[in-house]
Amino acid sequence: MDITELREHLCGQYPDLCPLFSIEFGDGVLLVTSDRLHAAARDLKDLGFDRLGMVTAVDFGEEFELVYRLQSREMRAGIFVKTRVPRDEPRIDSVNDLWAAANWQEREVYDMFGIVFDGHPDLRRILLTDDWVGYPLRKDYENPTIIRRPDYL
Amino acid sequence: MIEPQDTPTDQAAPALPDLDCAPDVVMPEVIYEGDNTIVNIGPSHPSTHGVCRVIVELDGEIVRHAEPVIGHLHRGIEKMAENRTYLQVVPLTDRLDYVGSMYANWAYCRAVERLAGIRVPERAEYIRVIVCELQRIASHMMAIGPAGADTGATSAFMYTFWQRELVVDLFESLCGARLTYNYVRPGGVSFDLPDGWIEKCREFVAQHPAAMLEIDRFLFGNVIFRARTKGIGVLDADDAVSWGASGPVARGSGVDWDLRRDDPYSVYPRFDFSIPVGDNGDVYDRTRVRLWEAIESCRIIGQALDGLAEFEPGTIKADGMPRLLAPRPGDAYDHIESARGSLGVYLVSDGSVRPYRMKVRSPAFCNLALLPLVSEGYTLSDLVVILGSLDPVFGEVDR
Amino acid sequence: MAGVDDLAKALESTPGGGIILTSIDAIADWARGYSLWMMPMGTACCAMELIAASFSKFDFDRHGSIPRPDPRHTDVMVVAGTITHKMAPAVKRLWAQMPDPKWCIAMGNCAVSGGIFYYDTYSVVRGVDEFLPVDIYIAGCPPRPESLQDAILRLREKVRAESISPSRVRAVEGVLPLPGDPLRGETADAAPEGSDV
Repeated sequence: MDITELREHLCGQYPDLCPLFSIEFGDGVLLVTSDRLHAAARDLKDLGFDRLGMVTAVDFGEEFELVYRLQSREMRAGIFVKTRVPRDEPRIDSVNDLWAAANWQEREVYDMFGIVFDGHPDLRRILLTDDWVGYPLRKDYENPTIIRRPDYL
Repeated sequence: MIEPQDTPTDQAAPALPDLDCAPDVVMPEVIYEGDNTIVNIGPSHPSTHGVCRVIVELDGEIVRHAEPVIGHLHRGIEKMAENRTYLQVVPLTDRLDYVGSMYANWAYCRAVERLAGIRVPERAEYIRVIVCELQRIASHMMAIGPAGADTGATSAFMYTFWQRELVVDLFESLCGARLTYNYVRPGGVSFDLPDGWIEKCREFVAQHPAAMLEIDRFLFGNVIFRARTKGIGVLDADDAVSWGASGPVARGSGVDWDLRRDDPYSVYPRFDFSIPVGDNGDVYDRTRVRLWEAIESCRIIGQALDGLAEFEPGTIKADGMPRLLAPRPGDAYDHIESARGSLGVYLVSDGSVRPYRMKVRSPAFCNLALLPLVSEGYTLSDLVVILGSLDPVFGEVDR
Repeated sequence: MAGVDDLAKALESTPGGGIILTSIDAIADWARGYSLWMMPMGTACCAMELIAASFSKFDFDRHGSIPRPDPRHTDVMVVAGTITHKMAPAVKRLWAQMPDPKWCIAMGNCAVSGGIFYYDTYSVVRGVDEFLPVDIYIAGCPPRPESLQDAILRLREKVRAESISPSRVRAVEGVLPLPGDPLRGETADAAPEGSDV
């Protein structure tokens, strides 16, 4: 299966999301709602995306955007799966049962953004100390030890 | 007092089996539940190759579970990048993977170039390939040498470190720094090659494969090293793919995946090189893959130096680069094959002069996550060797 | 150290004991200065230069500076690299495990002041001197091995001016006497109870 076939297949699978699916620079982008993320991830894994490259999140104020990058060795293609979760209740299904690589990466996202991954076997802080207060990569994170850099550009 | 067993004396004792045929007996595995010892290693321990703490659950000498505790070098580079301009982030990326600074420079610059739509001159691309392959050699020397030191052969470290010093000298004459280069910039590289550098580089490339073959003979042929590393820390290919392992850790297990060939970037498609792949997925194969990669890097550097002559000296920066980059709102991801695996940088821009979010997809982080899996069932002394073979650099693991 | 302190005190109170003390100092400082074994507290990039310093090209063994991983064998802690809040307790504990007399070298900008990680970060200790007494600072990001070589040689000068007598140690120029020391011009009772500095 090459990238064009993949695109047709995904458009058939997700007709409501098809306009959002674009292929740019060889990497596809698939936007899904947060409740369909796990199903979409399972579909993509069955299609041959056997590596989970990256899990990360971006703070967009009212919501967090979760970004998963999957890679297929057979198709030599990468695809981004993006979803949004609300800031006041950041929860999402873990994909740890599909790719073991999600284990540490989701722990890191939890550590930095406080997004809870349901079904994760061992969800606790990974980079910061266990008693750390707050989630540093949120845009509204405040810590009295931070010294702001003077704005010289 | 143990009573002697009641053996009938009138029967002849059974003959012992021949040594050639192994007795068909499986030794029962003895597990003492709840009687395990917890040993803490680190965070400052010479064999953890950095500031890693490993909490090991031992049954006698056998590792039942090894849990790495990371984050002792977490400096918040991703947060700092949100308050720097695009150019000011480049020195921060040097400190990510401090054994191979050029990679993080390059991965970050590629993401910026993709985000801002910058075309890099071909001469700069050739120079980037040359310095990054030199960096791969320098970085692998820091993985092969300690593998010898971990198994008791410190002299191998001396030999590999000498090769690393030669590369560092080349870099020093190129950009003035021994370790944190800040050389690859968005749109090109910071300086052109100085006079006589190409000849020095050719001298290095000419002598390096012979030095590597010497190490191949006296380290990888050494009976103690083979006994300590063959069949130790075995990682099978499915686990390597599922856990997101990349680089020599995955290739040592037979996963034939290298971004330079399989997702080609820059000018790599123009070069002729091969990707060494191991079979067994043990420490020996992972380390030996690194050695052969260093030799292949020499081939790439030689071809790149030949190709460099076609381009006019001085064209090393993209035309019309503004002093302050303010890319379109959007996101971009790019990855390169670093010495440790696929190193990716994900950038989100909101249209201002600073990145809205920078995420570094670190190969060492994903490779280190394998430690509990690959060290289970081996002895405590093997744990040190296994951790070294995963080649973690904690600047990159913790960021 | 208690035995050495008692010896020094007894010698100072004996008439003519000062001459013997000076001779002992000369021998002790000669021995200490030429065998400054390092505790390599390498955490980040500077650790690479620390390794380079003791390997093929620079070879610090010739200065008598051998890196020893066990803090109980060492005289000088070289803090090379960024110290984070998560790492600082471990550094403090290793420093406490080193036997007296001990010295500390802060190698690189991160260990000096936080360096490039001074601003905007939430997890970095801004300089190792926030919790350790530092003798020599080396600037650079990272410093070259030659800088570390220079630091070892300067530390040797400092060591050779010291004495086994606690009161003489603090008489070295530029070193502030500790609380409770007669040179500080206050009575011994003024020292806070339980002060271990």
